[in-house]
Amino acid sequence: MRSPITTAIAIAAGIIVLLGYFVPPEMTQFAFVLTLRSILVGWAVTLAGMATLVGIINLFMVHTGRMVAKRNPDRYSILLVISFIAALGFGLYLTPADAQYQKAITSILTPISASLIAVLAVTLTFAGFRLFQRRKGLIALAFAVSAVFFLLLGAGLLAPLQDMPGVGEIIAFLQRLPLGGGRGILLGIALGSLTAGLRVLLGTHRPYSG
Amino acid sequence: MIWLETIVGLVFVVGSAGLMLFFALPRVRQGRVTFRPIAAMQRLRRAIGLAVEDGTRLHVSIGKSSIFSPTNASALVGLSTLERVAQLSLVSDRPPVATSGDGSLSILSQDTLRAAYRIANVPELYDPDRGRLTGATPNAYIAGTLLVIFDERASTNMLVGNFGAEVGLLTEASERQGAFTLGASDSLTGQAVLFAAAEETLIGEELFALPAYLQSGVIHQASLRLQDVLRWVVVGLILLAAVLAFLGISIL
Repeated sequence: MRSPITTAIAIAAGIIVLLGYFVPPEMTQFAFVLTLRSILVGWAVTLAGMATLVGIINLFMVHTGRMVAKRNPDRYSILLVISFIAALGFGLYLTPADAQYQKAITSILTPISASLIAVLAVTLTFAGFRLFQRRKGLIALAFAVSAVFFLLLGAGLLAPLQDMPGVGEIIAFLQRLPLGGGRGILLGIALGSLTAGLRVLLGTHRPYSG
Repeated sequence: MIWLETIVGLVFVVGSAGLMLFFALPRVRQGRVTFRPIAAMQRLRRAIGLAVEDGTRLHVSIGKSSIFSPTNASALVGLSTLERVAQLSLVSDRPPVATSGDGSLSILSQDTLRAAYRIANVPELYDPDRGRLTGATPNAYIAGTLLVIFDERASTNMLVGNFGAEVGLLTEASERQGAFTLGASDSLTGQAVLFAAAEETLIGEELFALPAYLQSGVIHQASLRLQDVLRWVVVGLILLAAVLAFLGISIL
């Protein structure tokens, strides 16, 4: 049994924030709803910050445990713990606003992120080649053909064809297709999001134990 | 016009909530519920069953979206999935592990796991390290989750939440480990990458059907029925708007 008090607080906060979306600022007689909503959103922002801090402490503890584990200590965890302590220590001493500190951090983070994206590009290329091993049928074919077509279009290789009478109109039509498809998917996502939100507001889905 | 928008919005939300509760009534849901067969769901259920039998690890990654952001619905689905997976694998030798890229999500994933163990009267089996924040930025989250996939040797990786193109690295790692991967994201980029790179993918609103297919509870089935009704309402409204526009009648 989950705590009814926690559930009641969650439902009440959810309903107030939701009502805040429907009350326009012009309706002054319901201004208290907007005030309550902004207070609750402010608390949520503070909670989010604290949650991140708790999560980072948990991350640090997990890696410290793995670093000192008797069986198979993790060498990557040693790196993480050292860099965490160094970044935290220098950040506290110099403050995050210090230009040298920012330069040092971004000099490490930027190349790492860039190399991760480079690896991702290679990974996705291989995934594209392996697509037909994994999926058969018309959908996979349509996916591959459209991916190649829009790659060529994005690279400007089809630009000479766009000036040709008839072909230009067909290309313009094909360019609009992803917009329609994307909007269709997003409508489905929006409906799913609505029902997921309603489950929480009704207290029937409680992602908290209380 | 402002009043009209407010009233229409409220009626839509309250009506949807009422309809969901109506679909959850025992009288309305009499008889056996049959779902449209989705290959990805069938394979996932089989993979979960095999993992429980073999005593291998299940990994649920619930994405990098903050619970306070507009894209949090996919994270809620991820948490529902995690709860159900935890319930199903209580008897397994190796408990499931959850990863996320946001502090609030990592706390909720720990809480979800704790609730599953407490409800099953085995709170002593709960380990808070099973719900982890693997990184606070999208790239750090992916890098940290890669370690979990390699080190924990999970037999099934469920990537259910908000992901960008970088999720391709997770599917690749999972494939290298010979694990089954199911990907479901609310982001269009994430869905495109998962379609090309994951073993099984849920497209569009199929993501929100996942808890119902895992038999997470009556309300998830009612929610799915409501989604179907709302879809037809939207289809009807789009067709009506198209006809009115064709006739030159403007309603806005």
